[in-house]
Amino acid sequence: MAEITFWLLALFTIASAVIVVTSRQLIYSAVALLFSFIGVAGLYIYLWADFIGVVQIMIYIGGITILILFGIMLTNKITSVRISHTSVQRRIAAGGLTVLLGLLITMIIKTPWYLVAASEPTQTVESIGKMLLIDYLLPFEVVSILLLGALIGAATLARRGR
Amino acid sequence: MDQLQTYLIIGAVLFCLGLYGVITRRNAIAILMGVELILNSANVNFVAFARFGGMNMSGQIFALFVIIMAAAEAAVALAIIINIYHLYHSINVDEPSELKL
Repeated sequence: MAEITFWLLALFTIASAVIVVTSRQLIYSAVALLFSFIGVAGLYIYLWADFIGVVQIMIYIGGITILILFGIMLTNKITSVRISHTSVQRRIAAGGLTVLLGLLITMIIKTPWYLVAASEPTQTVESIGKMLLIDYLLPFEVVSILLLGALIGAATLARRGR
Repeated sequence: MDQLQTYLIIGAVLFCLGLYGVITRRNAIAILMGVELILNSANVNFVAFARFGGMNMSGQIFALFVIIMAAAEAAVALAIIINIYHLYHSINVDEPSELKL
């Protein structure tokens, strides 16, 4: 049962991602992106990363997708019928990326990965919190400055009529 | 093929799809969506290696940092895109050719 759910989830994620990059309607792309994020959150939960899965849902689905939808609405006239967009160089890109994907898959299958067995933790929040405030304290503080900079930068850039 | 390789292949497929979007799209917001897919594929790899490397939490911490970076990047990118739209009335990336009007 878990196996079937996993494959369905993987298929769901990849099919949504295909719609994101091929749909001609920008809004459809954005909504498919939302479903792709949900699929990736499910994959995280299969990988015993419950906290990352919830963060994915909160930030990607609750934040970034909504931001992208607002971006689409602010940069298109909502009354115009086609919020569509064209693609360029599709054949060359598809050919080159198929070769790249083949190389990547060959590499993944041929490499003898170093695997360590582990037991399933009851929850991951505690260890993530400890690592963030002990081992990764400096990156944690730097990232807060980065977020502040991005906030001020985005507000300054988006302001009209300086 | 063991489980780790399945996750890595899912990550590789997501990466290639995202790169396809970045290469072929002309709309700046659609390119941003492709970048988000690429960041997600990197995150799947981080978390998969964390899980199959003996439940090493560093991978999950890195995934967390990538998510934070993605949020900051999306906000700044959309601010820039809205500015470009006000100047050029179009957000196709091949149209704006000057840094300053």
